[in-house]
Parts: sequence; C-alpha cells; structure tokens
Amino acid sequence: MNPALLGLVTIVIGVGGCLAYFYFSNILLDKVIFPGTGPNAGRNINRAEKVRPWLFLAPAILALGLYLAYPVFATIWLSLTDRSQGNAFVGLANYRQMGLDPKFWEALRNNMLWLIVVPAASTAFGLLAAQLTDRIRWGSFAKSIIFMPMAISFVGAAVIFKLVYDARPEGTNQIGILNAIWLQFDGAIWSVVILRILPVVILLAIATLCAFLVWVFARPVLRPDQSRPGLINSIVRISAAVVTAVLVLACLLGALNAVTGTYPYGVPQQWLTIPVWNSFFLMIVLIWIQTGFAMVILSAALRGIPEETIEAAIIDGANPLQIFFSIKMPQISSTIVVVWTTITIVVLKVFDIVYAMTNGQWQTQVLANYMYDKLFRANDWGVGSAAAMVIMLLVTPILVWNVYNARKEMR
Amino acid sequence: MDDGMAGGKSSLTWVVNISVVLLVALWLFPTAGLFISSFRTADQISSSGWWASMFPQEQNQTLRTARPGEDNIAEVNGVYQIDGNLFVAEGQAADIDAVQATISAWGTGSLNIDEYAPGDTADLGDGEQITVQANGDYVWTSPEPQSGRGQRVFTTAKTPPEFTLDNYRNVLFNPNNREGMAKAFFNTLTVTIPATIIPILIAAFAAYALAWMDFPGRALLIAAVVGLLVVPLQLALIPLLRLHNEIGIGKGYLGVWLAHTGFGLPLAIYLLRNYMVGLPRDIIENARVDGATDFQIFVKIILPLSYPALASFAIFQFLWTWNDLLVALVFLIDSSGDTTVMTKQIVELLGTRGGNWEILATSAFVSIAVPLLVFFSLQRFLVRGLLAGSVK
Repeated sequence: MNPALLGLVTIVIGVGGCLAYFYFSNILLDKVIFPGTGPNAGRNINRAEKVRPWLFLAPAILALGLYLAYPVFATIWLSLTDRSQGNAFVGLANYRQMGLDPKFWEALRNNMLWLIVVPAASTAFGLLAAQLTDRIRWGSFAKSIIFMPMAISFVGAAVIFKLVYDARPEGTNQIGILNAIWLQFDGAIWSVVILRILPVVILLAIATLCAFLVWVFARPVLRPDQSRPGLINSIVRISAAVVTAVLVLACLLGALNAVTGTYPYGVPQQWLTIPVWNSFFLMIVLIWIQTGFAMVILSAALRGIPEETIEAAIIDGANPLQIFFSIKMPQISSTIVVVWTTITIVVLKVFDIVYAMTNGQWQTQVLANYMYDKLFRANDWGVGSAAAMVIMLLVTPILVWNVYNARKEMR
Repeated sequence: MDDGMAGGKSSLTWVVNISVVLLVALWLFPTAGLFISSFRTADQISSSGWWASMFPQEQNQTLRTARPGEDNIAEVNGVYQIDGNLFVAEGQAADIDAVQATISAWGTGSLNIDEYAPGDTADLGDGEQITVQANGDYVWTSPEPQSGRGQRVFTTAKTPPEFTLDNYRNVLFNPNNREGMAKAFFNTLTVTIPATIIPILIAAFAAYALAWMDFPGRALLIAAVVGLLVVPLQLALIPLLRLHNEIGIGKGYLGVWLAHTGFGLPLAIYLLRNYMVGLPRDIIENARVDGATDFQIFVKIILPLSYPALASFAIFQFLWTWNDLLVALVFLIDSSGDTTVMTKQIVELLGTRGGNWEILATSAFVSIAVPLLVFFSLQRFLVRGLLAGSVK
C-alpha cells in the first residue's frame, strides 16, 4: 500500500478506533454490565463510576506500560544477559566489559563535561537574554530569533554549525566563519586582548562565582549550632560543594592555560578534530538550541516577580546588580532549577548532534552515541543495554526529584 | 521594568539595546549562513564566505570564446576574426547588455592568469592574437581560419551579488535527486501526521480521568506519568524493536507511529492534565447535575475548552517527530532505504558529500523550512505549552 494512504488509513483507524473504544466501552458499561435501571440501579451506578476512570485510562496505561515502563525492566534484563550465548544470564559481565572499554570512560567523561557546561551556559544565556529583552521595545522580536533554534532539528543544527566550523586549506578563502575570524588574529595587541586577557577575565569571573557557590552550599553544613540541615540534605550540599570546588580549580587551570598556551596563528583549524576543544564546539550547538527555551521560561518567571519587592529595593538604594542578584534571583530560583534539570535531561540523551557531526571520533564520544554504536554497529546488546542503564542511572535523581515535587504540589 | 538608575538611564538603554543586537546577531548568524549558501552556486560557496556574497566579489574564472564555426568567422583584410563576449559565450549573461561583471585582469595561461589588463592584446603564437575588454568583449584574430574549441581565457572579474534557485530546483525536482530529498520529505510527512494526531486523543481521555475523576491510585498514576516524562527513550530501543519483530510489525511506518505515540504520551498527559485541572469546576459540576455522562462532558465541554493545550502539545509532538532521527533510525528505516526520512538523508549527505555545500545547505533548509513555518505562525501556543509543562 502507498505509505501516504497507509498513513491516512492509520489516522482514521487510530482516531476512529479511539473514539469508538471510548464511546462503546462507556455504553457497554452503562447499559449492559451495570445497567442504571432495574432493582440494583443505585448500586450499579456507583459500580460503573468506579470502573469508568479505568476505561478512560486503559489505552494510555497500556501504551505507557508497553513503550516506557516495560523497556526499563527489559533493558535491565538484557544488560545482565549475553545474546551470543543464547541470552544466558551472565551477571555483571557486560558491565565489567564496558568498564574495561576506554571508549566508555571517554563517553562518560565527555557526558559529565556536557552536563556541567550546557545547562549552565544555556541557563546563563537564557537569563541574560530574558533580562535584556524584557527592557526594550523590540524585545519580542529578539526573543523570537533567539527562540527559533528550538524548531530546528539537531541534524539541521549540525549542518548549520558544520558550515560555521568548516576549514579550507591554508591560502584559500575560508568559507567557515570561525576560521575566517581566526585568521584575523596574528599575535598583535588585539589578539592578546581577545584571546588571552578576555578568556582569563571570564574564567576568573566564573571561578569567583563558583567559589561563592561553594560557600553557599557548605555554610549551613559547617554551622556548629543546632540549625544544621539533615543528613541527606548535608550529603547533597557537600557533594554540590565538591563539584563546584572542582569547577573553581578547572577554571583557574583554564585561565593559566589561556595565559601560557601557544596559539597557531594564521593557520586554518579543523575545529572538530582538536580533542577536548571539539567537545566544546559540539556543546555550542546544543547551547545555541536550548538558550531560547531557558529564556522563554525565565522571562515568564521574571515577569511574575511582584513589582513591590523591586520598588522597595530601589527605595532602599539598591543598584541594578544588587536588585538582580539579591531580589530577583532568589525569587526565580525554583524556575532556574526546573530549567536546569530539563536541559540536563536533554543533554543526557544527546545523540543526533554527535552522530551527525563527528560520530564520536576525535574523542567526542558521548553515552547515547556509544550506546547506539554498541547496539546497532557492534550488535552487542549486552554492553549497549548496560550503557543505556548508565544513562538511566544518571537520570534517576532528577526523576525522583520531579516525582517528589509533583506529589508535594498535589497535596 | 524599571530597576532604578535614575541617572544615566539613556546610556543604560543604549547598552541594553546594543547587547541585544549582538545577541540576536550571534543567534541568527549560523542559520543565515546556511540559508544564504543555499542560494549560491557550488563555485561561489567554495570560493568565498557567505558573508561576502552581499557585496561584489572578485572571482577567478576560466572562460572560453565561442567555438569557431562557419557562422562566426569573418574575414577582414585577409585576417580571420571571431568576436563576441566571453560571458555571453559561456551562457553567464543573455546578451552584452546583461553582462554585469567587470574584468580587472586576464591571461591566456593557467600559470599567468593576470598577465594582461583589459584592452591589451595577447599573442597566442602562430600570428594568432586576442584582445579582451573589461566587459568581456573579445576579438580573436588569426591568419588561418580558427578551428577546434574556443580559446581559453583566464579572467579575474568583479561580479555583482548573484543568487540562484537552481539548488532547490536540483534537490527537489531533478529526477536524479528526486529519490533523495523529495521522497524523504513525503516520508517524513507520513511519519509525522499520524504520530502527532493519535497520541492527542489517547492522552486527552487519560488526562481527563486524572484531572476530574476520583479513584484510588490517581496520585500514584500522576506520579508515574511525571516519572516516565524523563525516562530516556534510549532504553526502549532494543526491547521494543525485538517486540515489534516478534509480533510481526518489524521495521516500518506502523512501528514508528506506535513508538512516537508511546514516547509522546507522558508529556501529552502531563500537559493536558495540568491544563484541564485549571478549568472552572462549576461548568463540570453543573453538567453533572444536569445528568451529562463523563463521556459527554469530555467530548462537549472539556475538549473544546482545552483547545490551546491540545494545540501546544500538537506543535511539540510535530516538531519532535519531524526533527527526530533516532526513532526513525531504529524503528523505521530498513535496509532497502525506501522509507528514509529527511534527517537520515541529511546525515547521509554529511558523510558522503560533506563538501557539496550547495546540496547540503539546500537539503537542510528543505527540512528546516516546515518546522520554522510552524514555529513562527504558532509561536504563542508553543510558549504557552512550554510554560505549562515546565513551571510548577
């Protein structure tokens, strides 16, 4: 059958089938199984009301169970069996094999880098864009443009940025804008300002911010009196403090590197083949896409801040920076957490960008692409499923947090 | 939004405006580059950056005079002469008046392409001579009648900005490429539409039950939906592919529709429930009092009122299924490649023809165009949906 026709038939069957199911199952319930007439009318109506919600829910529960819940358990099982031995149970052998694979550790390391950089940068840019565009007349137009990459596929974005990163041989006209800009640098004073001093300033600023966060996280735990937070809270705070402390160190090392490193001025660079840097060039693609999302949500949150709190701060003589960091930020902190976690999940699942741009070469592998490699290229379902379980494990804290919040909210 | 700073207010406004202009430019530049490139010829793309295409460009070309023949050789004073215009002879301009390029230097050998200035006469040996003017007019003289192919002339010329629709014609309508993009376009459409419509209805019924019906286990179900919202679909690939193979669906449209339906449901239920909970209680209670059944309430009251939320989800699901690569790779595209979708086609082009930017750029834009159209025309639904889905 022609696929288009098949599609049309499927729509008709799908939609018609759903409607028919809901309509006739309700009739069946009310007229045949528990008729609302006769001697037991009252009791029957009550019974029917008890069953009806499940009629409404049945198709959804079936689909969710089959397509999302069942695969979780099936994947756990697959990760403990070996396909080449007739699906025999092999315990943790697949995990052990994965642990011995340097590509896995590379993917995990890159994923961690992505997890830190992309949500932070997207949220920061989104906050900046939201704060700035809300103050100007053509702000909604600017928002549309920054939001636009959301509609572009990861693959489309990969093509767009492949052109940005394109490199031509030395001596010919560059057609990738990054190399065209790069060739403008020649080691003179402007190169020093932009390539050495500017990165150092930015990195030191981030390091300062992180150091401040370390203090914020650690302070309540270190307090000697009774107001110390509970055990779980303390653990979360201390691990957050440790992670940010590592970030401070990384930023300082980066700053040192920016001062002392040597740059290959005047030579066009194959950006996507330079290890470590190329991961950042891939991250830029996702940051470019996700910033619009962060901006839209944070802009709504910023608008929701009561005017009075800001007016009071102005009267008290606060400057714009103080207003932003001391008045606005605390009020939108829960929204920032939501944006952050949402982008984190997107990052954990990132596949298309890496698949289309480098396919994991030049040390850019990430977990999702590693998993795809194992499942469909190496045909190793055991290790592939084990990698999928690692992704699931990384998602789990967010899952628990979301469920916890949703339940708290419903009460 | 007034954050104080009574003094220096206008300078602050300037700073804000300039920062936003920079930010917008930064965000628009990459897409603009690809978009503009899709209207340039392969030569243009590979010889200069897209940002230069707005201005007249210096371009090196190898052109040929008209092929000598009985109709264009004239005998003047015992010398055989061919005259004409290089750009017309190459088909780059319809006639002399349409020539827009200006030659700044030219030559007759590939090692010396800027040997002569416009108006100079070059000696080609054996008494043959050629004169080329700045607008491409040439006079080629010889003591013997010329034969063979036209004389080669290397030119350096400033050409005005020039854009073409040929790439789109080539990608979409050329029979050699039809198999690729045009077909993939319809395949993508075939995947997208049922995968958008079917989950909406299933989710709407479930969302209604979760929002307005009272039954034990409701809170647990809502929590489960919230949890499933973040389960990575990577986990589902192998178990479901195996399931599809076992029940005989295999790889194909049916499988990909089912998969997209399953993966889209948590968000659909979550969005719709959040919206439906906010609907006024009175309307529903009144309808109940008037003896309406739940089915009637749902179809006649809830569905029409939930239209904005339905639209939001529909847009999400449309964008997600249209832009998807992974689900199509796993559940749809078999070894025959008949059911390939646009994203897969583009990845393939990236691998095999990574240098053919005119085809890549155009193909990418064909696939980006539809989501962008949806995005710009229905942006407010998208924003509303995002806010309902994320801000708690």
